Amino acid sequence: MALTENDVSRLANLARLELTSDARTHVQNDLNSILSLIEKLQAVDTTGVEPLTHPISTLEEVTLRLREDRVTESASLEQRDALLHAAPATQEGLFLVPKVIE
Amino acid sequence: MTHPLHTEFSGIAALRDALVSRKVSAQEVAQSALDAIEAQRGLNAFLDVNPELTLAQARAADAVLAQGGNVPALTGIPIAHKDVFVTQGWRTTAASKMLEHYVSPFNATVVDQLQAAGAVTLGKLNCDEFAMGSSNENSAFGAVLNPWDRRAVPGGSSGGSAAAVAAGLVIGATATDTGGSIRQPAAFCGVSGIKPTYGTVSRYGMIAYASSFDQAGPIARSAQDLLELLDPIQGFDERDATSLTHCHQQNNAPGRVRADFDRWAASGTADRPLAGLRIGIPREFFGAGLTADVAEATETALRKLEELGAERVDISLPRTQYCIPAYYVLTPAEASSNLSRFDGVRYGYRTPNYQDLAEMTSRSRAEAFGAEVQRRILIGTYVLSHGYYDAYYLQAQKLRRMIAEDFQAALTQCDLIVGPVTPSVAWNLGEKTTDPVAMYLGDIYTLSLNLAGRPACPSLAASDKARTASGRWACN
Repeated sequence: MALTENDVSRLANLARLELTSDARTHVQNDLNSILSLIEKLQAVDTTGVEPLTHPISTLEEVTLRLREDRVTESASLEQRDALLHAAPATQEGLFLVPKVIE
Repeated sequence: MTHPLHTEFSGIAALRDALVSRKVSAQEVAQSALDAIEAQRGLNAFLDVNPELTLAQARAADAVLAQGGNVPALTGIPIAHKDVFVTQGWRTTAASKMLEHYVSPFNATVVDQLQAAGAVTLGKLNCDEFAMGSSNENSAFGAVLNPWDRRAVPGGSSGGSAAAVAAGLVIGATATDTGGSIRQPAAFCGVSGIKPTYGTVSRYGMIAYASSFDQAGPIARSAQDLLELLDPIQGFDERDATSLTHCHQQNNAPGRVRADFDRWAASGTADRPLAGLRIGIPREFFGAGLTADVAEATETALRKLEELGAERVDISLPRTQYCIPAYYVLTPAEASSNLSRFDGVRYGYRTPNYQDLAEMTSRSRAEAFGAEVQRRILIGTYVLSHGYYDAYYLQAQKLRRMIAEDFQAALTQCDLIVGPVTPSVAWNLGEKTTDPVAMYLGDIYTLSLNLAGRPACPSLAASDKARTASGRWACN
C-alpha cells in the first residue's frame, strides 16, 4: 500500500519534521520504495511466535532490570550548570522555550 | 610523510613493551600520531582533536610508566573514539548538524574504561550521521575517504574508525555496530573489527540509534589487538538497562574474553591449530547478489581454514531473505523513538526562525537532521503508528525471534559460521547515494547477526589491489 502525499504530511507532523513541499514528493518516493522492501515481511506466517525484544533472551534468561526510583546524582549548582550548558537558551536554571500558554 | 611511532610496532603488545621499557615515551607516541592526523586531514577521518588534552593524557601515562611496576594494560596506547561516544573535552556530534557544538558533561562508560586502562585519546572519529549509513557519506561534515583508494568509500557507519586504523593514525579505535557498522567498514578498509555479543559492552553514553541492536566494539589491525581493546570494555554496567550480568554462564567482566581467546589459541596442534573446528557455511550467503571476486576471496579463506584443520559443514539460515525487511522495520522504529529527544530545547540545534514551540521543534529537526536520518524517523513513525503497529512492528519482532532461533539451530551443527561480510568490495564515493534501498541491500550478510544479538568478526581474506574483501566469522 503506497503512501499518499497526505500520509507523508501526517507522518511528518507526528515525527515533528517540517517538510517543504519540494521535499515532500522526494520523501514520498523514498518512503514508498522502503515500504515495498519491508512489505515482504507479510509473507511469513508468524502465528504463535512470541515477539523478541531482547536479542539474547533466546540464549539465556534475561530479566529487564528496574532500578529503585531515587535520585542517584548529587545535586549542585555546578552540576545544574554543566547540564544546562548545552541548551540553546536558558535563564536562571531553566530551559527557555517560546510561550505556550496565552 | 609523517610516520606515527606506533606503526613501527607489530601491535599493541609490542608497543606496550617499548613503553614499559621506556624505549619510547607516551608523549612521543601521541605527538607523532597528532602530527599524522594533521598531515592526513584530507581523509576527513577525524571530526575533533584536542592536542592539549591528548598530550596531558600522554604526560600522565608517562608518569605512570616512570613509576614502573604493574601498569594498566593500555598505558600510553594511542586510540580514538567514534563520534557517537560522548566525551568530556572533545565535541560529540554523532556527525550531525544537530549536535555540531555539543560537548558532553560526562564520559561514555567505554571511554572511561579505556581511559582507566591507560589509553591516550587522539580525538573523535567521523561516521555516518547517528550511525545510520553504510558508506560514511551521510556525515554532516563530509565523507571519509578510503585510505587505500581515495575514490572509494571506507564503508559505514564507523568509516572514520576503520580509515584511521587503516591509515595508521591510531593503533585502534572504538566503533559501534547496529547492522554491520563495525564489520563492513573494517572489511572495506582491510582491518579487523569485532561486534561483540549484544549486552556485553555498555551502551551508556553511546548516542542511541536502535537500542536493541547497538553494540560497541573495537577496530584494530589484528585479532590480538582487538582482544587488547575488547577485554577491558567487557562488563556489566548498571547504567545500561540491557547490560548483561552473565554471558555463557560466566560473569560478564574483563578477563572473560581473554580466557576464551587463550583457551582457543592453546587448542589444536602447531600445524593443525583448528583441528576439530566445525565451520558452518550458510548456503543462503552464496546465492545471487554475491560478486565473483568476493565469492572467490571467501573460498580462498575457507580453503586456508581447512588446511589449518577446520571442517566445513553445510548449514541453512532459511530466513536470510527476511533479515533486511525485519531490520528496516525495527531499527527505524527504535530510531524514531530515540531521536525524539532532539527537540531544540535541552541540547542541540535550534532554528533561529520560529513562531511557536511546535514550529521551533519541527523546523529545528528538519534543518539539522540529514536526509537519511529523516527517512528512518519517518519510516519508524509509520510502523509504530496506530493501525500499522501489528502488521509491521510486531510482525518484525516475531520474525526476529525466528531468525535468532535459526542461528541457534545452525550453531548446534557447527562451532562458528563463516561467510562474506558484504556482497561486493568498496564502491566509489557517490555511486549509491541516490538510491537508499540499494545501499540497504548491501547489509544483507551483516545485519542478521544484530537481529540475533550474536557476535561477529570480519577477518582478512584477500586483497584486491587496493580494495579488500573479507570473510566473516560469526562465532558463538
